Amino acid sequence: MAALAWLTAHELGARYRSGEATPTQAVTEYLGRIDALDPRLFAFLTVTREDALRRAAESDARFRAGTPRGPLDGVPIALKDVLCTRGIRTTCGSKILERFVPPYDATVVARLFAAGAILLGKLNMDEFAMGSSTEHSAFFTTRNPWDLARVPGGSSGGAAAVVAAGLAPLSLGTDTGGSIRQPAAFSGVLGMKPTYGRVSRYGLIAFASSLDQVGPFARDAEDAALLLGTIAGPDPMDSTAIDVPVPDYRAALGQGIEGLRLGVPAEYFIEGVDPEVEQAVRTAIATLEKLGARTVPVSLPHTEYGLAAYYVIAPAEASSNLARYDGVKYGLRVPGARDVIDMYSKTRAAGFGTEVKRRVMLGTYVLSAGYYDAYYGQAQKVRTLVRRDFDAAFAQVDLIVAPTTPGVAFKMGEKEDPIQMYLNDIFTIPANLAGLPGVSIPGGFTQAGLPIGLQLIAPAFDEATLLRATHAYQTVTDWHTRKPPFHE
Amino acid sequence: MNNYETIIGLEVHAQLATVTKMFCGCRAVFGAPPNTVTCPICQGMPGSLPVINRRAVEFGIMTALALGCGINAHNRFARKHYYYPDMPKNYQISQYEEPLAEHGRLVVDTGPGPREIGIQRVHLEEDVGKLLHEGALETAQSSSVDYNRAGVPLMEIVSKPDLRSPDEAAAYLKALRAIVVFLRVCDGNMEEGSLRCDANISLRPRGQAEYGTKVEIKNMNSFRNVRDALEHEIKRQTRALATGERIVQETRLWDPDRMVTVSMRSKEFAHDYRYFPEPDLPPLDVQPAWVDEVRARLPELPEARRARFQSAYGLSAYEADLLVQGRGLADYFETAAKAAGKPKSVANWVLNELLRELPGDDDRALEACPISPANLAGLIGLIDDGTISGKIAKDVFEKMYRSGDTAQAIVSREGLTQVADEGALGAAVDRVLAEHAKVVEDYRAGKKAALGFLVGQVMKATQGKANPALANRLLIEKLPKV
Repeated sequence: MAALAWLTAHELGARYRSGEATPTQAVTEYLGRIDALDPRLFAFLTVTREDALRRAAESDARFRAGTPRGPLDGVPIALKDVLCTRGIRTTCGSKILERFVPPYDATVVARLFAAGAILLGKLNMDEFAMGSSTEHSAFFTTRNPWDLARVPGGSSGGAAAVVAAGLAPLSLGTDTGGSIRQPAAFSGVLGMKPTYGRVSRYGLIAFASSLDQVGPFARDAEDAALLLGTIAGPDPMDSTAIDVPVPDYRAALGQGIEGLRLGVPAEYFIEGVDPEVEQAVRTAIATLEKLGARTVPVSLPHTEYGLAAYYVIAPAEASSNLARYDGVKYGLRVPGARDVIDMYSKTRAAGFGTEVKRRVMLGTYVLSAGYYDAYYGQAQKVRTLVRRDFDAAFAQVDLIVAPTTPGVAFKMGEKEDPIQMYLNDIFTIPANLAGLPGVSIPGGFTQAGLPIGLQLIAPAFDEATLLRATHAYQTVTDWHTRKPPFHE
Repeated sequence: MNNYETIIGLEVHAQLATVTKMFCGCRAVFGAPPNTVTCPICQGMPGSLPVINRRAVEFGIMTALALGCGINAHNRFARKHYYYPDMPKNYQISQYEEPLAEHGRLVVDTGPGPREIGIQRVHLEEDVGKLLHEGALETAQSSSVDYNRAGVPLMEIVSKPDLRSPDEAAAYLKALRAIVVFLRVCDGNMEEGSLRCDANISLRPRGQAEYGTKVEIKNMNSFRNVRDALEHEIKRQTRALATGERIVQETRLWDPDRMVTVSMRSKEFAHDYRYFPEPDLPPLDVQPAWVDEVRARLPELPEARRARFQSAYGLSAYEADLLVQGRGLADYFETAAKAAGKPKSVANWVLNELLRELPGDDDRALEACPISPANLAGLIGLIDDGTISGKIAKDVFEKMYRSGDTAQAIVSREGLTQVADEGALGAAVDRVLAEHAKVVEDYRAGKKAALGFLVGQVMKATQGKANPALANRLLIEKLPKV
């Protein structure tokens, strides 16, 4: 009866309401799939079996009583292990937090639980969300369901892989420089980074505070709309979560894209982009035109400086955010230190991986006296210019359409040079720098059968248009319904 | 007079008397068991975020306005980094390039005339926790940390290097303390660390325009410490300069037991704080309307009130000065003075009697004072209309303080109404004269002091209820003329 696992959340909800299925059946089926398949996928860091079954039973009772809480009641979900879960260890992919059990839920987690969603477990990621492949996880590398020799992308690799592999209908990831959209592209699922400030960051373990944003992974626009609608909105615990009304994303999905102006930025179709990727994106643009959209060439001239600015700003903030992991209060403490400085050094040396150390050192350096203006100050100026690029473009268009990544999923161990790894994020970083919402949706496959991501970027707080365009595209394409060969 | 001029600037940290902490909802209280007044935010747990305490900002605005500062409409918080176990995040959320307020002044008078001391800036930040060591710091086998204090709001007030002597520094600190206490934004307790002071001090040859090398002095937790530490440091630096030694830019700690400053860290080991704007908090916009609203609620400040007490109530500078030692006391005086219509007597009663019972700078004690200002006015009314004597009134005051009753109630209950009836009192006088023939004799012989004794006897005979003036007059009338 492996019927429930590939249903979308909204289909699952319909079955619950009609009585054809129960949350316990769905959760049991998903737990079975995790047991069977995750030993090959390496997506879960923690499976919350008892918790999931308990919540499922509670949800069953609500459906029996005819009092479900809403469209996500009884729907299983898995979370990137960067989101704090009360009483459930939250590692952030790091040895330093390997045994950390938060005494509180992140705001998004609390909102999911309040909506009746059921947590299946916590998902692998690059340590502290620093990476594009999950190879920087302190524990193991998650595999790409379309080719187990390849990475699923990162840093939210586990969150992309479980949705792609049918181990959860929904998941949440975080995106600082592309960490939702890039793994969504590599793994062939929908991944959205909302506007900075759209979703509370309270309880999201910070990597780079001015860039981090929580967002959904799903199979289709309707599920993404449901999930975003549940987690979005202001939060008294997060001053950077902005009080902008959250529309009914689902209601606007079917309105079509007749007359929508699509900007095609020249700077995203450059040498170095995999020809198969470019071809797929151009085909997708043609499809959107057939649906009534109009394309307009636009220019985002500072795109090429975005990567450099990002690799100053993000490490600077990270060096500060990660200062608290010192062995004093929680997490790892290496014993046998001579004094407190020795304790800090030993703990951080053992607790952090190479990439984290690299970025902490980078960040510390760029904030140092005498270097601040040349690096951090300059990077902030670039950030302003990147934002202005988008402002100018959005004066002419409603959405920007581009590849999510220059290439497709690479093989594990293929990108040993950090710079090669960083270049993965070249098309996703600008939206983070400008704080804009972006989505990656399945937009085709290579000859070798690897997914290709189509990226849409919208003006601030216009996630509704992103979802509407996604929905329109998904009604005439079937990339998002394909299942990876891995699953059976 | 030596050849060097002393240049001093003070950095004062005032713990704000808000109900909750600077960036979380924990109560800002003291004396609770370790780590019981903490939450994920003030413990710096992963994923926690700060939220600005609006009340703390208001307290900052109030202080800045009282100091004549300009409030920056756009100000922001910044992270100040250094590793220390009492600081949960290993950075302190403070303000750096865009502080709450700048460019104020405070007038101090140490005798030779008032001098205006510039205020460079007023900014807000969070306090750190406290370390508890097993034994002495150097040999401690273990240390514990208590984060109850972590996140308590602090306001830093930085003076310009305008102070020229330890006396002036102490006077500045006193005036500043009076302001924050009057505004009720800080309890001003230096011993308990609610008000802390660091000093920057340098010497330069008289007439030289540029400053000498400055030394920062920490750990001065009383006005006396501030004066002593600066006196000591002037001597130390003068001696060093006289012998051609170079002054090293460093931080020194005041050791009040040995009365010396001790080097703590030199400039080479100074922290690079790596300040950058706090990304977890949006810029704090302080709209002019908010500032106006706070300004409208600003109480009259001690300096203005002192002057008004002298001009409006005819008090001496000394009396006015004592009455403005706290806002509660000044309010108490003024309420009672208005009710009694006799400001001078109210001042006397407050300064001579009330301050015997409670500390004048303790607003809470005044708030809870068993004698309300109205009741004190009532007591003074009973003296004025001759119901009780001044002497009886002192006893009544005592009883009012113990019981909380009104003067009238006590006087009626205990039958303390003054005997001012000539007939009744005349009988008592006659009895006293008859019983003290020897004294009467002394009086006749020219011993004037005898009259005082006899008045005392009349008072005693009437259990103090006699009107002393009347008793005096009747005695003189009835005594043989001399």
